[in-house]
Amino acid sequence: MDVILFLIFAVVAVVCAINVVVQTHPISSALSLVGVMGSLAVLYLLLGAEFIAAAQVIVYAGAIMVLFVFVIMLLNAGAETKKGRSYLIPGAPLLIVFLGLMAYYVQRYLFPESAVVRFGGFTGGGPKDIGNALFTTYLLPFEVTSILILVAIIGAVVLARKEIE
Amino acid sequence: MELLDSFIFITLIKAAVVLAVLLTTLAYLQWVERKVIAHVQVRPGPYRVGPHGLLQPVADIVKLLTKEDLLPPYVNKPLYLLAPFLAISMALLSISVIPFGPEIKVGPVTTWMQLTDLNIGVLFILAVSSMGVYGIALAGWASNNKYALIGGLRSSAQMISYELPMSLAIAAPLLISNTLSLRELVMSQAGGIFHWNILHGPFPQIISFIIFMIAAFAETNRVPFDLPEAENELVAGFHTEYSSMKFASFFMAEYANMITVSAMATLLFLGGWMAPWPVAWGANLVPTVIFAIAGVTALYHGANPARKRDKLTLPVFGIIFLIIAGVFLLPIVQSWLLPLFWFAAKTGAILFLFMWVRATLPRFRYDQLMGFTWKFLFPVAMLNLLVTSFLVAWTTK
Amino acid sequence: MMNAVPISWFLTLSAILFALGVAGFLFRRNIITVFMSIELMLNAVNLSFVTFSYQHKEVSGHLFTFFVMVVAAAEAAVGLAIILTVFKGRSTLNIDDVNSMKH
Repeated sequence: MDVILFLIFAVVAVVCAINVVVQTHPISSALSLVGVMGSLAVLYLLLGAEFIAAAQVIVYAGAIMVLFVFVIMLLNAGAETKKGRSYLIPGAPLLIVFLGLMAYYVQRYLFPESAVVRFGGFTGGGPKDIGNALFTTYLLPFEVTSILILVAIIGAVVLARKEIE
Repeated sequence: MELLDSFIFITLIKAAVVLAVLLTTLAYLQWVERKVIAHVQVRPGPYRVGPHGLLQPVADIVKLLTKEDLLPPYVNKPLYLLAPFLAISMALLSISVIPFGPEIKVGPVTTWMQLTDLNIGVLFILAVSSMGVYGIALAGWASNNKYALIGGLRSSAQMISYELPMSLAIAAPLLISNTLSLRELVMSQAGGIFHWNILHGPFPQIISFIIFMIAAFAETNRVPFDLPEAENELVAGFHTEYSSMKFASFFMAEYANMITVSAMATLLFLGGWMAPWPVAWGANLVPTVIFAIAGVTALYHGANPARKRDKLTLPVFGIIFLIIAGVFLLPIVQSWLLPLFWFAAKTGAILFLFMWVRATLPRFRYDQLMGFTWKFLFPVAMLNLLVTSFLVAWTTK
Repeated sequence: MMNAVPISWFLTLSAILFALGVAGFLFRRNIITVFMSIELMLNAVNLSFVTFSYQHKEVSGHLFTFFVMVVAAAEAAVGLAIILTVFKGRSTLNIDDVNSMKH
């Protein structure tokens, strides 16, 4: 059952990711990326990361990608016109092969044979555990990211405002 | 027996029941809204189609189903067809985690009156409502129409901006209840009206409730925040180019979102399906009393009605109400009917508030609306969360 | 066996998604698509983090994922604001056309 779920959502993720890279119109790429994020959220649930799965949908798919979709709609970006040679067709499979080989060697020499993922194998990913770790061990990065967000807000507001003539 | 006990079978039955009740409620919620707005404006409302207009939703459904389903040639077809599907599926998905009552025994099966209980239930509802923004933004974009695009962009910007104070207003009672699971949220408010989160603990969550309601009005695109879909502003906003069943999907999605946020307000602040005072003081008699008063009033007015048509319908309604009042006294149904009554009464009161506000208030201009959330509501929500967390930390050992 | 997925499959999926992200970043000309390829790479890395967190049965991997998401949000906001500004000046989203300061 877990294997079937993993295979379905892994295939959906890879197909949507290929779609992101291959589509000409940015809005199709953006919606495919939302598909990738949704399938990754299900895979996080399989790995017992329930808070991260919810945060992925709320923050990544529900806010960041909506921002992307807004900008695409506002700029009225059309489909990309072909200019010059595209190295995508030979390049992407080469990259996949290269990284796939690296992943294979990493997993072959680093993992014991019995490393498997079962749904329910790890129950320490709930909001309580995340909250505990976030406010004790990782308190300093948490505060620093709040300053980071503040800086990003100010930067975005300053960059995107209209100049008063 | 094995089949009856299996999780999948029970959940399928529950899902079918919830879906049937929900879709009927969606259709009749529109009837209730039209009647409420009409009576606020001192006119009868839908009256002729069936007794007191009760068959009006049926007539509306027949009309929407049989209307011509246009597919304009200039729209972006995949996105045009995807948008109402996204809107309605996200709206219906969030009902799946809402608890309607406690654990009940139906024949040989013991089950909770809830489709499924996630231990991140509140986050699930927030996530699903974030995804609902896509339906509206894509509808505006795919329609290839200036008015629809502006309406879609405005509506989605409004929904995202109001998600912030809503999330902060949700976080405050969660600090008091100490759980994200909706079932345990209700269980932590047991014990009468002073244990409900709105009046509970170190800091009564009245400000959170008000902020949540205001944000809920904006999330569901209801008056006073319905500029993006107002009829006299932008033709019809993001659903200008939609007709027949696709338009009905957006409509149903809006009402389903209303039901979801009302249910969330009930679960978070008003104690879910818990009675306001203990059973020992007669909480089980309240529905009987209410329906009995309604039945007697209907019978009394049926004696000399204002309109000739009511000479038959009002007494019939009176008798039906009295029968329902009697049903609430049977002990065999009390275990599941009473919590359901309390949940429906509280959610219904908040839905009535939605309709009352629609009948009464004018709408905000778009810049007023956005200024209101970023400059007032968000800081107030943050302050409220700060005060709540300080008081909870101070009083917890 | 049907109930257990080998951990290496998750890492392979992460590698494939990362490779696709790199391919999109290197070979596409539209700036917004390049940006989305960056987000794809970040998502692939998030999957790796969560997988390793499962393997060691610790919650620290989830926290790293959380911080990556926060940084991605900040980066998306500022990056899209920069794209808007560049678009206002040059009316093109093709990065080949933005190859000199003079316009």
